[in-house]
Amino acid sequence: MQKIDDTEITPEIVKEHGLTPEEYERIVGAMGRAPNYTELGIYSVMWSEHCSYKSSRFHLKKLPTEAPWVICGPGENAGVIDIGDDQAVIFKMESHNHPSYIEPYQGAATGVGGILRDVFTMGARPVANLNALRFGEPNHPKTKHLLAGVVEGVGGYGNCVGVPTVGGETNFDPSYNGNILVNAMTVGIADKDKIFYCAAAGVGNPVVYVGSKTGRDGIHGATMASAEFTEDSEEKRPTVQVGDPFTEKLLIEACLELMDTDAIIAIQDMGAAGLTSSSVEMASKGGVGFELNLDKVPQREENMTPYEMCLSESQERMLMVLKPGREAMAQAIFEKWELDFAVIGEITDTGKLTLTFGGEIVGDMPINSLVDDAPEYERPYVATPKREVADVPAANDLNKAVIDLIGGPHLCSRRWIWEQYDHMVMGDTIQRPGGDAAVVRVHGTDKALAICTDVTPRYCFADPVEGGRQAVAETWRNITAVGGTPLAITNCLNFGNPERTDIMGQFVGCLEGMAEACRALDYPIVSGNVSLYNETNGSGILPTPAIGGVGVMADSSKMATIDFKRAGDVVLLLGETKNELGSSLYQRELFADDEQNPSAPPHVDLALERRTGDFVRTFIESGQVDTCHDLSDGGLIAALADMAIAGGMGVNVTVENDLPLHATLFSETQARYLIAASAEVAGAIRKKANEAGIPAAVLGATGGKRLRVNDGAVDITMNKLTKAHAGWMPNFMANAS
Amino acid sequence: MKSAVIVFPGSNCDRDMAVALEKVTGVKPTMVWHQDHDFDAVDFIALPGGFSYGDYLRCGAMSARSNVMTEVVKRAAGGVPTLGICNGFQVLTETGLLPGALMRNAGLHFVCKDVKLSVENADTLFTADYMEGEEILVPVAHHDGNYFADDDTLDELEDEGRVAFRYLMDVNGSQRGIAGITNARGNILGMMPHPERMIEPALGGSHGRKLFTSIMNRLG
Repeated sequence: MQKIDDTEITPEIVKEHGLTPEEYERIVGAMGRAPNYTELGIYSVMWSEHCSYKSSRFHLKKLPTEAPWVICGPGENAGVIDIGDDQAVIFKMESHNHPSYIEPYQGAATGVGGILRDVFTMGARPVANLNALRFGEPNHPKTKHLLAGVVEGVGGYGNCVGVPTVGGETNFDPSYNGNILVNAMTVGIADKDKIFYCAAAGVGNPVVYVGSKTGRDGIHGATMASAEFTEDSEEKRPTVQVGDPFTEKLLIEACLELMDTDAIIAIQDMGAAGLTSSSVEMASKGGVGFELNLDKVPQREENMTPYEMCLSESQERMLMVLKPGREAMAQAIFEKWELDFAVIGEITDTGKLTLTFGGEIVGDMPINSLVDDAPEYERPYVATPKREVADVPAANDLNKAVIDLIGGPHLCSRRWIWEQYDHMVMGDTIQRPGGDAAVVRVHGTDKALAICTDVTPRYCFADPVEGGRQAVAETWRNITAVGGTPLAITNCLNFGNPERTDIMGQFVGCLEGMAEACRALDYPIVSGNVSLYNETNGSGILPTPAIGGVGVMADSSKMATIDFKRAGDVVLLLGETKNELGSSLYQRELFADDEQNPSAPPHVDLALERRTGDFVRTFIESGQVDTCHDLSDGGLIAALADMAIAGGMGVNVTVENDLPLHATLFSETQARYLIAASAEVAGAIRKKANEAGIPAAVLGATGGKRLRVNDGAVDITMNKLTKAHAGWMPNFMANAS
Repeated sequence: MKSAVIVFPGSNCDRDMAVALEKVTGVKPTMVWHQDHDFDAVDFIALPGGFSYGDYLRCGAMSARSNVMTEVVKRAAGGVPTLGICNGFQVLTETGLLPGALMRNAGLHFVCKDVKLSVENADTLFTADYMEGEEILVPVAHHDGNYFADDDTLDELEDEGRVAFRYLMDVNGSQRGIAGITNARGNILGMMPHPERMIEPALGGSHGRKLFTSIMNRLG
């Protein structure tokens, strides 16, 4: 029997929906009457932090989002950029943090599923997945379990859907002990003239539901994502959705098949807040109303109420507006793929979202009030205080320091993770995980995309502005290091409780730094997601604005990789090394920096960053350089070790400058690259670098079976180094539950 | 050489297989939908990798009972050269065209990496362009590639030269390191590794090419 939930609205019910009394009054004002229970549920998700960006909108407006190659910036399902040849790249990154902590496998899996839908809903075939993961400290009792489950979930979904998972990053820090971060990114390719948007149009046109049936899973997911965690958060397990990658695969193929026709006017995936947010979004963008008959919604469970149907976050569902008369043709495509297809309503000129159920109107809300009347908070903030520059001491034993870092949780090989991901399916992954950026060929061409994700949360904590700059600059550098021209970024802004002034200060600072970097590097933000309230019992995470960068290279045969390729190549360092050990991995791991009062991180000189990167890229593009690595965590010695390990070949270098050796080796000064090339090419690069005013130093040569610095000041066999690098994670994860 | 690639719901290496066939043989294969009862006469049938029917029930179990497989089984049993890679191999064992079963990897994880194989029998339709004992590098990408059969079956496979490829490292716990086997008649090959992913240096190597040239050179 159908039933309408007529629960009475009390202050407790309002509170349970994550709304303040003031916000409730605002709803009453917007509607001109008190909402019923279904309507309250709909307002609560539409006005949740997750859907409305009420704490972040004011600041997000400051981010640069335009460039001549940007086709569509933030505001749609994903960002779209022009890559020439009438093709476009569509991409976005999104968080699935809270669900992944509660239920790591399904949380991570549905995170991947959700971001895939954001991309193919715009007409792109997804060609690459990446993920930026943050876990608590390795010895925390939950870390292994969460890491194992998240990796299994990311792989379980991505492998089945058949989109290669080509890159990402994994960090550990105690601040994530009770609140891990799972940020998933998808990149797709579409024809430039076949991009689909969500703005509904045409009064009387059919509103069509396709994909999986609606169940009771995920109700209030968006609300959960907008609140702090407490000890009883694990009781929220039922709010975590369950993914079915097989259905997603069918949905991708069916949608792309229908997109090949001219039947679709508008299309939108049902993500957070499901049917509600997708219909409101489509109607709002199109300036129209929607009338939906909830009896027509395909249902997986019996006796679902309108409230449940509207708030369900069941996965693998899409909403479309079709041209009239195309329903039968569209239905045939979805039936071929064995997916549900139902006309559930039509477009109206009322400007309202009208819901009927069992012949009665069960909800009737002005669309603009659900979107435009959502509160916007300019929350008070206190800027993070400036930090002192640190004087970080020398390690007693440099060899041990190198092994501890390379063979430790932060710099060790992530092979254990990415071998569980199919990173080759689709046959265009030409640079696999483990390098600076993944490179995926544009199918059937010589062109390729370079893609990566980066952020250094410890820098963001110490100095949000520098950290924001650095996160953007590092993706730019990583794309450059493989030979790509960086074009645009997406972001996933993970922060603690914005109602705390210090957290809000971190948010504002990071955005300021990001905006500066985007402008300086001509590298706009085209899509993104904000995840606030990443706290457990009042303890916030490190500010983590994860950046996903996308670049393009015209001739992928000229791509560079990090591995040393020939013995006798000259190793050249581009960029100046300063004594910048503050908030470095070296300091943090070996000298336990004061966690609450960290030292100043490296400064990012954006003009220098751009000049150095543009310089390096020309030599890769011209085919003169095929071996390049940027310097980041762990500094020069970590980059040398990476290149040697990847190439299975030693290296012998001598560094000469005014710094103490430990600073030269571990300083994390930005805007630096290592190149290995023939003596002739290296000589030519050095000459041009001098002309261009870019510091360039010949460090030594590749070859042998040892990593050697300054006649043995560091001297480690490749065997030992490689074992340390390869061993940490498999050893750590052995016997994980 | 006219070939067909069978597409199940959830297949995801169908395009990779088609690209490899076209690149190596110069002829585009026909893509055949799982619901079709019949399809044009072809010289060669390929069952691609992926997660047909979401791997629900058992990998390959539902595909083995699809409309198109009734026809494929008929033709393969009649001698039409048939190749199953990864999920395609699982489908072939589920139909009974090849003996044994593919169980969950011994390590319990999905594994995607390049693995060393030896060509155990270079005197088959699928391996003739390789040398006997040749060591090749081809990727695997599977969760259920742990080949199992009883000892008698394994002995029979070995005695009849039907082990086409063997892992040179422990990948998934397969009995006797078996990576690929043929049927008694020699017209059906099932293997877990993906030769279609190793057909050009940009992808990491070309060691998979000879599998396709072998078929082409034999079939013309």
